[in-house]
Amino acid sequence: MIPAPFSYARPTTVEEALQAIAEGGEDVKVLAGGQSLIPVMRLRLAAPETVVDLGRVDGLRGVRDDGDAIVIGAMTTHSDVLSDPLIAEHAPLIAEATGTVADRQVRHRGTFGGALVHADPAGDLPAVALALDAEFVIVGPGGRRTVPAAEFFVDYLTTAVEEGELLVEVRVPKLAGSWGMRYEKFNRVAQAWSIVAVAAVVRRENGRIAEARVGLTNMGPTPLRARQVEEALAGAEATAEAVAAAAERAAEGTEPSSDLNAQADYRQHLATVLTRRAVTAAAGL
Amino acid sequence: MTAVEDRAGLPSDEPAAPEIGKARRRKEDARLITGKTTWTDNMVLPGMLHLAVVRSPVAHARITHVDVSAVREAPGVIAVYTGQDFAEEQGSLPCAWPVTPDMVNPGHPSIAVDQVNHVGEAVAVIVARTKAAAQDAVELADVDYEPLPVVLDMERAVAEGADLVHDHLESNTSYHFVFDAGEMGTGSDTDQAFADADVVVSRRFVQQRLIPAFMEPRSVVVQPQGDNYTMWSATQIPHILRVMAAMVTGIPEHKLRVVAPDVGGGFGGKLQVNPEEILCLLIARRLGKPVKWTETRSESLMTAHHGRDQIQFVDVAADREGNVKGLRVRLLADMGAYLRLITPGVPALGAFMYPGIYKFPAYRFECDGVFTNKVPTDAYRGAGRPEATFAIERIMDELAVELGMDPLELRRRNWIDAAEFPFTTVAGLAYDSGDYETATQQALELLGYDELRAEQQRRRESNDPVQLGIGFSTFTEMCGLAPSRVLGSLSFGAGGWEHAAIRMLPTGKVEVVTGSTPHGQGHETAWSQLVADSLGVPFEDVEVLHGDTAISSRGLDTYGSRSLVVGGSAVVKAADKVIAKARKIAAHLLEASEDDLDFAGGKFSVRGTPGTGLGIQEIALAIFAAHDYPEGIEPSIDAEATFDPENFSFPHGTHLCAMEVDTETGFVKIRKYACVDDVGTIVNPLIVEGQVHGGLAQGIAQALYEEAVYDDDGNLTTGTFVDYLVPAASDLPHFDTGNTVHAAPGNPIGAKGVGEAGCIASTPAVVNAALDAVRHLGVTDIRMPLTPERVWRALHDGGDGGERATARTNAQAADSTEGPSMTGGAL
Amino acid sequence: MTPITVRVDGAAYTDDVEPRTLLVHYLREQVGKVGTVVGCDTSNCGACTVHLDGEAVKSCTVLAVQADGCEVTTIEGVGQDGLHPVQKAFHEMHGLQCGYCTPGMIMASIDLLQDNPDPSDDEVREGIEGNLCRCTGYQNIVRAVRSAAAEMRGGGDGNGHVSPAVVDTAAAPHVAVQA
Repeated sequence: MIPAPFSYARPTTVEEALQAIAEGGEDVKVLAGGQSLIPVMRLRLAAPETVVDLGRVDGLRGVRDDGDAIVIGAMTTHSDVLSDPLIAEHAPLIAEATGTVADRQVRHRGTFGGALVHADPAGDLPAVALALDAEFVIVGPGGRRTVPAAEFFVDYLTTAVEEGELLVEVRVPKLAGSWGMRYEKFNRVAQAWSIVAVAAVVRRENGRIAEARVGLTNMGPTPLRARQVEEALAGAEATAEAVAAAAERAAEGTEPSSDLNAQADYRQHLATVLTRRAVTAAAGL
Repeated sequence: MTAVEDRAGLPSDEPAAPEIGKARRRKEDARLITGKTTWTDNMVLPGMLHLAVVRSPVAHARITHVDVSAVREAPGVIAVYTGQDFAEEQGSLPCAWPVTPDMVNPGHPSIAVDQVNHVGEAVAVIVARTKAAAQDAVELADVDYEPLPVVLDMERAVAEGADLVHDHLESNTSYHFVFDAGEMGTGSDTDQAFADADVVVSRRFVQQRLIPAFMEPRSVVVQPQGDNYTMWSATQIPHILRVMAAMVTGIPEHKLRVVAPDVGGGFGGKLQVNPEEILCLLIARRLGKPVKWTETRSESLMTAHHGRDQIQFVDVAADREGNVKGLRVRLLADMGAYLRLITPGVPALGAFMYPGIYKFPAYRFECDGVFTNKVPTDAYRGAGRPEATFAIERIMDELAVELGMDPLELRRRNWIDAAEFPFTTVAGLAYDSGDYETATQQALELLGYDELRAEQQRRRESNDPVQLGIGFSTFTEMCGLAPSRVLGSLSFGAGGWEHAAIRMLPTGKVEVVTGSTPHGQGHETAWSQLVADSLGVPFEDVEVLHGDTAISSRGLDTYGSRSLVVGGSAVVKAADKVIAKARKIAAHLLEASEDDLDFAGGKFSVRGTPGTGLGIQEIALAIFAAHDYPEGIEPSIDAEATFDPENFSFPHGTHLCAMEVDTETGFVKIRKYACVDDVGTIVNPLIVEGQVHGGLAQGIAQALYEEAVYDDDGNLTTGTFVDYLVPAASDLPHFDTGNTVHAAPGNPIGAKGVGEAGCIASTPAVVNAALDAVRHLGVTDIRMPLTPERVWRALHDGGDGGERATARTNAQAADSTEGPSMTGGAL
Repeated sequence: MTPITVRVDGAAYTDDVEPRTLLVHYLREQVGKVGTVVGCDTSNCGACTVHLDGEAVKSCTVLAVQADGCEVTTIEGVGQDGLHPVQKAFHEMHGLQCGYCTPGMIMASIDLLQDNPDPSDDEVREGIEGNLCRCTGYQNIVRAVRSAAAEMRGGGDGNGHVSPAVVDTAAAPHVAVQA
């Protein structure tokens, strides 16, 4: 299939992009890497009036060191994320999860920011951003604002980025101390989206788990933090038994969907198993 | 000593090593690896128009109103046609296999006129200057539907008072086909056998609906030239298509040429006369302009025929010692909404293979063909035989469990011994040759059976969350379709012969014309090897022509593992005739008696007179000049042959799968796969191995990944490759393959056929392996495909893991214009 | 219509395209590079894979306008001075049957080898997970990619290099005497 006709704008600055969005009419889609948007347009599930292509906006690409955080430009491609030394040093969980996204070709085009703004509940990066307490820098006609991950994912395919706005970069705090990380993804075939996945970040101190953050993929319309697990782990002994007991609570309060790949109760079961495995690995057990 | 040194000592005129058996690299590859290909969709003709099909969004409805006036006004649109426009001339798509005399065939319009019976059925066709313009106009078609009750479930469809797919018919049953060995005189009374048995095991297996999913989407181009028509189509069957399209459209057969250019896979899925092929002809005839239709992948998954979709009720009877006494099979086979080319024949073809390699004294088979509001089923790799093999190989394992026997021991006790060939089975087939024991022994070694059994034991004892199982499939299949008289006795609408012609060109080069139409199998290479050996000409001097009815006038195309067995044999027979004709010329030119001539290495020589001789390529030039040839014969050594096999051929093999099952998540992973196949004489070991690999991938995919799922309204929810899971490289294991060779006695090559072997054999091996891993945990069956969820449910709730959740791609997606997860989370 | 300039397989093309034109349709229909094919509409099959500024992309999921000013290499351009080692290896190892996925598979494999010149079997399988083949079961593709890798590294180092003679045996390791 061929997408329905649309007007095309190719700004070179953020300001131009905002202007193009403002002038684009009723239904404007922002094209980042296009790896989700273009297929949806080909199937004519989306037929925007205007497509604003961020591909030539300099300054949205790349990763920089910003003191206690690293800052990832929204248009940084997945493959650039995978080879970035700052990410490897300060947020290897992002690289681990990104390595499971789709395939090489898609990772060459798809972008970090695009995947987060698309906010597909089965996407891998939202739960990771949530587990890392990332912050989202959004610009719009009203200026620039920063939204914490906990407030960024609003609903199914919906984020805090309002109409007329753009996500420009994501700040990921550097983790101080002895942290371990693991992204545990469960899917049926290589190309498939996560049925459930778990992002775990664990800090160990003196044989105990000092702090744990657990993000859940595809356990609801938005990525979730498994707060009960985190609370149970905080201060717990770093043993397989303690982790297993905490992981049993991974699905509490979740309302995952039932679809072709899994019914809700199976997803909830998977969440507990994958949480145990992710935390165990992240804790180095 | 190296091979080179070996050769150094031989005389220089030592004949070249035989081509048959050589791992020749394929001639086809040169164009395929460089992109210099001629796929149908590459065709561009002056003035060519593009078609887009408006398809029904509902599974079952009366069409109450069609308004295409807005379509007609759309930019770039040249014409638009509805079912009414073709109601008089479209006839019915052909069904070539009326399996019973009273089979009910409702007829199959290429475009719906007043009723639609499955989602995706054509309701209008748009003709435009560009593909984009045609697709843009689709949404402007305004069609009103009055919904009818949707029939999807076969068991409900055959129940009393069921809603009807075709309300002018009495029921949803198309036919009731029976094969009873007792009645046919090939076995004893089945009911008696069951009454006398010590043990009866009964199971219900579900063969899920599959989609052939060839990589090249279907594409058709039709060019009208006066009252002549040329159709290019991505088809497996240009010859059959020509006959059928002529009969459907009334275009005289000699005015219609069909060409299958490079064709990107078929697997049975392009063994069809498609509605769009007929529509392209009808529209080209109306407009007098060339037209093209190329489907999208979603269109392909939704509307190209599907495969399998049967419910199997299988009973096996045995004595306490494990000797099988009887087999009873009852099938419900989903036809879909219509009967396409061989829709009803697929389960009937399988009927003869349920006894497998075992010596059953009694056998009864019956099958109901059932209409539902889904796309029709038809041939998919194996066509009937995978279903049969699955049923027998699964139930042999179940019987072994019931008897407390080792599954291999039970098989051994009942299979046909090597000394017993040829062996006529209870289904009346004469199995030609084989040795099941040797193949099995080799397969066990390849797998490392003993070590894996030991590991399985360790994992069980340690209660490892990852359990290990080993599954068997000792299978045979009927190939080389088919003896024409047998097909006649089964009411098939055509013969099973194949045709070949050999043209000797003046320069000594050879053109081989074959009626077998390849779409990936490497005929150009293998046929060249056959001819190089037969005629003693260099492999490089042979060109194989195919797939164009103007060049290859007679043919029955490629399906059912028939090409080498039947089509290759026709080539060899034609070569024999060339040699016989050339012998007369050679005798004349060498001034010798024909009886004194030896033919070897491409050369006629007078016996006892070394150094004399005349090459067949030289004779080709001599007879082209025709200055000097015997009286009373024609000046040509060209020849043709039609080969009609007298029996099927019966490849067999032992396939072993070792499977890891994660009991916590239900995830299954093939640890190791080993198989030893006997496909008769191997012409090209590379091609044989490749065919086995590809078949394995598809058979494993049925066991683990693929399923066409419809929702309650009859929408295909696995309508893209996001949801219809064709495995990628990382989803499949390495295969350890091997061969034994028992030549088929029924054809001059000795080949048995290999195209479907891997696909037929592997599915039960994989499922048996998964069950073997978890049977001690109380699991007795898991429905295919073995999704992690089904495995987990079977482990935790019992049962077979059940149907899927009512399939919706994503519950929330309905509210979003943006759509669900498409390609891995990358915008 | 939007004007674009693209270098395809070494030659420059300037054309007007509709913004909605997919790169693959531009290549096939306007540039005539029909060696690159379309296999699906959801970016799953990879049959349309080309290199865009040196990186493998699915040309059905890139707009032609996005390629403006870029360099595109298709299957028709990889072996302009003869066959590319990966093309040769696909032929040598029987890594194709119908050949429809082959252009994309080869382009994806070349891309993989740029990043990982000596991949293991598993790394090859993961590296080409974005390309579907329905014919081969992938095993000979894996063999081909590893063989090409050895060739490109300089060959004959005994580490993954497979000579044709060895393959002859490997292809049918258990052929018994014909009975």
